[in-house]
Amino acid sequence: MQISVQPRMAGIDAQARGLAMAAGAGAGGMVAQYVTCTLGDAEYGIDILSVREIKGWSETTALPHAPAWVRGVINLRGTIVPILDLRSRFGLGQTAVTAMHVVVIIQTATRMAGLLVDSVSDIITVGAEEVRPVPEVGMSVPERLLSGLIPREGAMVSLVSLDNLLNLPDADLAPGMPATLS
Amino acid sequence: MSFDHLRATYFEESAELLESAYAQLSALAEDRADGDTMHALFRAIHSIKGGGGAFGFTRLVGLAHVMETLLDHLRDGSLASTPDRMALLLKATDALADLLGAEQRDEAMPEGFEKGLIAALAAVVESPGRAMKTGLPATALTPAATDGAGWRIIFRPHAALFRHANEPLLLIRALRALGPVSVSVDLGRLPGLEVLEPEDACLAWTLDLAAPVPRAEVEEIFEFVVDECDLTIEPLGRTVTEAVDAPSDAPPMAAAPTAVPRTEQAAAVQSVRVDVAKVDRLVNLVGELVINQAMLVQIGNAVPPEACPGLVAGLETLSQHLRELQEGVMAIRTQPVKSVFSRMPRLVRELSAQLGKDVRLVVTGEATEIDKTVVEQLADPLTHLLRNALDHGVETPEVREAAGKPRQGTVHLSAEQRGGRILIELSDDGRGIDRARVLARAKERGIVAPDAVLTDNEVDELIFMPGFSTAAVVSAVSGRGVGMDVVRRNIQSLGGRIAVESRFGQGSRFVLSLPLTLAVLDGLVVSVGREAYILPIASIVESLRPRPQDIHDVVGRGQVLSIRGAYIPLLALHRAFGVADAVLDPSRGIVVIAETDHAGRVGLLVDDLVGQHQVVVKSMEGNYGRIPGIGGATILGNGRVALILDVAGLAETTDRGAATRHAPPAAAVLH
Repeated sequence: MQISVQPRMAGIDAQARGLAMAAGAGAGGMVAQYVTCTLGDAEYGIDILSVREIKGWSETTALPHAPAWVRGVINLRGTIVPILDLRSRFGLGQTAVTAMHVVVIIQTATRMAGLLVDSVSDIITVGAEEVRPVPEVGMSVPERLLSGLIPREGAMVSLVSLDNLLNLPDADLAPGMPATLS
Repeated sequence: MSFDHLRATYFEESAELLESAYAQLSALAEDRADGDTMHALFRAIHSIKGGGGAFGFTRLVGLAHVMETLLDHLRDGSLASTPDRMALLLKATDALADLLGAEQRDEAMPEGFEKGLIAALAAVVESPGRAMKTGLPATALTPAATDGAGWRIIFRPHAALFRHANEPLLLIRALRALGPVSVSVDLGRLPGLEVLEPEDACLAWTLDLAAPVPRAEVEEIFEFVVDECDLTIEPLGRTVTEAVDAPSDAPPMAAAPTAVPRTEQAAAVQSVRVDVAKVDRLVNLVGELVINQAMLVQIGNAVPPEACPGLVAGLETLSQHLRELQEGVMAIRTQPVKSVFSRMPRLVRELSAQLGKDVRLVVTGEATEIDKTVVEQLADPLTHLLRNALDHGVETPEVREAAGKPRQGTVHLSAEQRGGRILIELSDDGRGIDRARVLARAKERGIVAPDAVLTDNEVDELIFMPGFSTAAVVSAVSGRGVGMDVVRRNIQSLGGRIAVESRFGQGSRFVLSLPLTLAVLDGLVVSVGREAYILPIASIVESLRPRPQDIHDVVGRGQVLSIRGAYIPLLALHRAFGVADAVLDPSRGIVVIAETDHAGRVGLLVDDLVGQHQVVVKSMEGNYGRIPGIGGATILGNGRVALILDVAGLAETTDRGAATRHAPPAAAVLH
């Protein structure tokens, strides 16, 4: 079964999830879809099943004692959602936000959060065999924040490990300490 | 609905039925009983038994059955309700509650746990007192209780009977199980087909039961529908003889329905069982609406009135309706405190027996309503306070007598609404707080300095300190020293306060002040730099712009503000939260003085006061985590998130910060 999904800037919802599942089932369950987004020249992939919606950047409310990569919280139709600066999370410095920046709202089993990225570019369908493991050395990004690498037309897409990414600071952690190093 | 669901529903309903049973029992004990009290008690036990049978809880059913038998005799007057019998029923109800609890936890009560009670109940039922009844002249209720040819039952169901899913056919069949029944139907009220309302009850039956069974057996069949029908039960023979002997009488058929009509609707179920999650969703949605409306009003204000006439009036109406809607939805979440108060009498009974004390519990204001979450979390603190009152407060009868007090101690538990808060009071007429002993103990434990001089109030406050326990002998009931501080923390986590007043030798009084609801809060919006924060109005004492000469630096403690001769610590929010572009000079900003339970008064330095709003409290913990000094978040009229300050937490964290090294937040470093 061949289904092509057009990238959309918003409303990647149940319908798209359904399509993704269908695409996965058609290829024997070994195919996954990722929303790709950019930080500068680098491309990152986010599991489409975790993406709830994509929206433009809006002003946040800063949180005291939060790490620098937590940009604050926004009101998403009544739910308080923390916004994480993906660039800063990867240790690449803080994003200078403009109205053109994009927030990808993701939902995991336990949490909802927004990822601040430069732009969203595509939806890719990838077979499990295409995903390469993250090398142990030679990377500037803490590798546990990535779950795999996909070579793609000369470029490379890094898959974001949302579970590790969303491991947010708790009250017991000292202010500013990255919370993932457990 | 799965079996587990049914089971859960049964336990939930049984808990309510038990509650009702206790309420009826205490009404009986206090002579507040009316005709329906005993019936309601019987129905409660009967329903618990019925459900229990369906789930195979045989021990529970066995106990409930003898209780039911006794109640049956009590309500038809064949046994008198004496205090002894009431006490026995109370004990049996306690045991029933224990058996239910055990079943719910999938445990088994010790073998033979209820044997003694069952025997005692059975002994009462078989007691000679009952035999006397047969010697009594026949009363209206029991005319020739078992003799005669049988019973004529005139049964006219109301529409409500059908609506509650009862089926006359089943009742008639049940009747037939007692003996031969001849049934005739009365079609007199059946309208023509063209005007027939299918949901109306138009039929009535005359059922002649030709079997000499006790009247109670017939009544039992109609037990659950008696409020939803006109029911007349009379001896078969009598109607016949009367008709023969006194032909001038109205025919029995016509007279019958007015004879004993049971049409009281009060017992009908007036409530709906709704999942709390659904109510919370509604509360949330209404919260959203309120925020939305605030946004609309802001936009509406920007539109010139002539450009859009009617807009302002329309928004005004919307606001009013929304306020009513919000109040209505919040009211769904509220619950009478009765559900937690009703557990207390048993506790008092058991504890006073255990401690050898004679204590009377007086409960008032049980109908006061408060948020469900608050009610649920009130049980533990109240239990603890009550235990303390009985263990440490009320003396033994001998000691009381020696002190010139009545032998029986009184504990008063009350609830009332005052303003936007609920006050719950627990007072006893016991020995009160022995301040000298409390102070000595506190010094001994190093809670206060050996040479400290404390006011009476400060000494009373010591009992809320962690690790404090004055009972010379640590008893099983209380006195592990992990009590009052936990109570205070529980109450505080509900947004409440607890205070104690005591007179040595005369008793103590604990006052719990709780918010009506946890979902909304009256807040003062303050600005700090570009950020806005909400301060709960309840904690604010006053706000002022301090004069420069009132601000003093204290080594190691930061700044203090002198106000009317007292020094209070000053807490700059911009510094605590790392906010840039804030007013740094206290004399150019505003100081809001807030009251905390632990740290006393604190002055919070902010840039400006923005306004007062009722805000919908949202949790930060779901998607982020707990932040020290922040109690939650809300959404302002402009759609932005504002953080709600937790003043006590704030004072605590900055205290800790001042005591140890002060690490600037990483965010501030990277800016």
